[in-house]
Amino acid sequence: MAEHGSDSQSAGGAHAGETRRDFIHIAAVTVAGGGAAALAWPFLQQLGPAADTRALSSTEVDVSKVPLGGEIRILIGGMPFFVRHRTDAEIQDARNVDVSTLRDPQTDDDRLQPKADGTRNPAILVTSGSCTHLGCVPVGPAQGTLGDFGGWYCPCHGSHYDTSGRIRKGPAPLNLPVPKYEYTSDSIIKISL
Amino acid sequence: MSGPSTYEPKSGFTRWLDARLPIARLAYDSFVDFPTPKNLNYWWTFGGILAICLVTQILTGVVLAMHYVASTDQAFASVERIMRDVDYGWLIRFIHANGASMFFLAVYIHMFRGLYYGSYKAPREVLWILGCVIYLLMVATAFMGYVLPWGQMSFHGSAVITNLLGAIPLVGETIKTYLMGGPAIGDPTLNRFFSLHYLLPFVIAGVVVLHVWALHVAGNGNPTGVSVKEVKKDTVPFHPYYTVKDGFAILLFLMLFAAFVFYFPNILGHADNSIEANPLQTPAHIVPEWYLLPFYAILRAITFDVGPIPAKLLGVLAMFGAILILFVLPWLDTSKVRSMRYRPIAQQMFVLFVLSAVGLGFCGANNPDDLIFKFREDKLSVSYSDTNGVAQARLFDDFGEAKAFQSSLPPTAAASIEVSASGFKWLWLSQGLSAYYFLYFLVVLPLLGIVEKPKPRPASIADSVHRRTKSEAGAVPQAAE
Ligand code: HEM
Ligand code: FES
Repeated sequence: MAEHGSDSQSAGGAHAGETRRDFIHIAAVTVAGGGAAALAWPFLQQLGPAADTRALSSTEVDVSKVPLGGEIRILIGGMPFFVRHRTDAEIQDARNVDVSTLRDPQTDDDRLQPKADGTRNPAILVTSGSCTHLGCVPVGPAQGTLGDFGGWYCPCHGSHYDTSGRIRKGPAPLNLPVPKYEYTSDSIIKISL
Repeated sequence: MSGPSTYEPKSGFTRWLDARLPIARLAYDSFVDFPTPKNLNYWWTFGGILAICLVTQILTGVVLAMHYVASTDQAFASVERIMRDVDYGWLIRFIHANGASMFFLAVYIHMFRGLYYGSYKAPREVLWILGCVIYLLMVATAFMGYVLPWGQMSFHGSAVITNLLGAIPLVGETIKTYLMGGPAIGDPTLNRFFSLHYLLPFVIAGVVVLHVWALHVAGNGNPTGVSVKEVKKDTVPFHPYYTVKDGFAILLFLMLFAAFVFYFPNILGHADNSIEANPLQTPAHIVPEWYLLPFYAILRAITFDVGPIPAKLLGVLAMFGAILILFVLPWLDTSKVRSMRYRPIAQQMFVLFVLSAVGLGFCGANNPDDLIFKFREDKLSVSYSDTNGVAQARLFDDFGEAKAFQSSLPPTAAASIEVSASGFKWLWLSQGLSAYYFLYFLVVLPLLGIVEKPKPRPASIADSVHRRTKSEAGAVPQAAE
């Protein structure tokens, strides 16, 4: 830079090497860098979920249509969910478990959202349909395989879930998560991502 | 290596062009008069084979893209239409699908060649690293390509891999969402994968240019690992010596390729991918394409936590680490001797390495909990809880006895009978082989360079060739004068 720095060069001492040209270089690079970063942001952000994708993030389900002992499977934004109508025996099984022995301790009530009046409907269990191990969709009543604990069985690597969707055996670390859902009436639930 | 250019334009036009864009000169110096060691064997033909593979994938891919529809509703049907309705669509698709396999077959041979002959050592480190970049890009391209036909394996295979990225602490979930463009694999994912699947092969082509450039700075290695000393004695011009040798190898390779395309077009694929993707039903057994199986096996071999690192994250790290470790290999191998021909112990360790890499492929194809062989005949196990509620099990040879024991227990014992097998699990094999994979790079190669005593090497390339062919009079290839 020195050969361009006529003024400060001759002044010598404190300002040696610092020139208007250096300032312009730094300013230009800063502006270009800032511009590149500002441009990168929309290019990065467009990769995220678009507004219409985000808008499709909840669904209403009429739980009275789910047959006793059976389940329905729904996709919300491509994510699978199970809505299961449990029999009394299945509810009892879920309640009789000693919670402290579980890998991911949760009581059955922890896994049910209350209705508007504060009571819970233990017959209807809503869970994610994505195995907490590597995301396979476990098989259940419709496929005729319930696993060793009467709930779901993940055929990918052998995870067994109980009638409350809690992990009991196999490699999965956590219970099938319960999504956000609310009773909008006695028989309609609204599930959101 | 390149030396002064020997290109002499012959016609008026080529002289005119040479003064303006010396492209013919570049091609001549790179692929005609390029001095090439005279002792290259057939393992050195895979570079040319790989170039053919890339061109094949790009040509067939561009044609497929003319008929393919990247939408979750139509992708599967559009591929079926290519197979049934588009004239010769079946041929082009089979070339593309099997071409990916042939590409990986060739690249693995090419890489093993480099590992054996020490092609990654000075002065070829950058050449080697560029090769690793190409390989990484190939893996990404093939992974995204496999999602496009939107079959069951496309969908659930990619779901498994994107879920893995979610295991990375802090940033994992964000990466995953930004990769998928939504909460799950769907239309946004398919479209961006198609876009990138189209783009990346051209990025590969660009890196190949750098790779060949770096090659032409250092020059080819050779099976002795001894550097070229005298260009006249040690080398022959690339054309016609190696254009012919490479050409012959390419023909043999294309015959194998054609055998797959015409006689076994689906043998390397998975039947589940002929079923349209159904997000609500996972196939019983998810496997990637064969060329990624060893890494899948390493991923699944880690079933234990190490300190605060959970098994799932560790598996992901090991899987990526298995590829990334190749990048630093030039600095892990401490031996000054390039070729393992002269390294008796390293040679054996290398053979074990190839066997473990292939073995890992088999591990990846099999369910980790299945048994390779049994320790004993299967028995029947009655499991029940005793009066204190503790789980117990008893083994029986005979069903009658097991049944009698089960009925002798009170109902509160909740006794059940199941088959009990005991044997050697695929999981254990994959753990052993994964351990060796990493030990080879992290322990064997660093140590051997220090403790191993190499065999004497020939004084020069010319020397090694003449010694071998002395008896066959006149069989010595003549260097161009
Ligand atoms: C590095 C080079 C490439 C590799 C390794 C590769 C690999 C693959 C693979 C494994 C598939 C799935 C095949 C199947 O099972 O059906 C595929 C599909 C596809 N590829 Fe490529 N590809 C490459 C280059 C390209 C290029 C350059 C294009 C476009 C310009 C392209 C366009 C397509 C299309 C449209 C499909 C979907 C149709 C189908 O599944 O057959 N590919 N690719
Ligand atoms: S994904 Fe369910 S057990 Fe692995």
